[in-house]
Amino acid sequence: MSKLVALCPECEAEIDLQNRLVGEIVYCPDCNAELEVTNLEQPAVALAPRVEEDWGE
Amino acid sequence: MSQVRVAIVGGSGYTAGELLRLLLFHPEVEIAQVVSSSHAGQYVHSLHPNLRKLCGLRFCHPDELAACDVLFLCLPHGTAMQSIERYRSLAPVVIDLSADFRLRSPDLYARWYGQTHPQPKLLAEAVYGLPELHRQELREAALISGTGCMATAAILGLAPLYRAGLVEPRLPLVVDAKVGSSAAGATPGPGSHHPDRSGAVRSFQPTGHRHSAELIQELGALAGGTWQQTLAFSATAVELVRGVLITAQVFLNADLDERAIWRLYREAYRDEPFIRLVKERSGVYRYPEPKILAGSNYCDLGFELDASQRRLVVMAALDNLMKGAAGNAVQALNCRFGWSETLGLTFPGLHPI
Repeated sequence: MSKLVALCPECEAEIDLQNRLVGEIVYCPDCNAELEVTNLEQPAVALAPRVEEDWGE
Repeated sequence: MSQVRVAIVGGSGYTAGELLRLLLFHPEVEIAQVVSSSHAGQYVHSLHPNLRKLCGLRFCHPDELAACDVLFLCLPHGTAMQSIERYRSLAPVVIDLSADFRLRSPDLYARWYGQTHPQPKLLAEAVYGLPELHRQELREAALISGTGCMATAAILGLAPLYRAGLVEPRLPLVVDAKVGSSAAGATPGPGSHHPDRSGAVRSFQPTGHRHSAELIQELGALAGGTWQQTLAFSATAVELVRGVLITAQVFLNADLDERAIWRLYREAYRDEPFIRLVKERSGVYRYPEPKILAGSNYCDLGFELDASQRRLVVMAALDNLMKGAAGNAVQALNCRFGWSETLGLTFPGLHPI
């Protein structure tokens, strides 16, 4: 069985999509990016929309 | 195989205390002697109170130092090189944590330390004790130098870029180092008096810091030749007991995106047990921070790219007494004897702290 792995669009870390569903939110183990599973047949994830944190001045 | 017998000279200082803390739990090492001229006869735990009930040794006088397998020198800069022949006659492996044998070139030493080195031939023989760069040489080394704490962080942070030939040498390398008070050693002075030191953010060496020489040597070698670049290194004392944070600004010679930088660093450090990449899109600890590294041997590296200027900001954090001194020396010892590099160094740090 082939690995169900996508690359993080932010840092190219491998994202394991085993037992995931399309639309599910996962996190990159390296850069902690919040990612949405967009495809399982051709494993792919995309950066999930997020509210920017305000780090102020 | 029986345990390797080690002795520590200059046992009263912070780096010696840290070495003791590590070596007391190292499965391959027995601590035979701890030498201190100023505290001979006193219990080791009288100066290193965290070692009470763990270490029953007393400091011995330098004249009592006997032969052993490995000798760690934790003496003030300029001291070890005066008596190095005696120390080398007592042990087949000497690891000197001072700055005395860090530089290969006598000229570079004279330029940055303002004096002629008394043992120039030994400079060529000593191995710069950074396992990430000199692992093979360390396996055969008889004289191993410690590495400067700020230099270690900067070199580890920048090495992948210089090795890959990605730095624009016609533009300066700017390195800002922030460092905690323990890097100044255990001997108090006016600058370390609590009312003056506490709360300080103090530029103590905006130019001319000697760790610059280690960057010139190590990054220059990685770049494949003589150092030609302008290096602007500045050091600032901050409100930490332990810790170094380097912020380096370097200009690249090609248009790269952040994923390419990730690939470069991931490839360079994938198999290194003590190097971690820290660059997160969210959370508190997005970039390297020395606070959570206290007591650990990790060096955390991060970066951020200003693509419009080809400017890469590299951050590197470590504990100056650990990866910046004693921990790195133990890692070099592990290399020298062919042991797992993580032996005695598995403490992960504390959080919160």
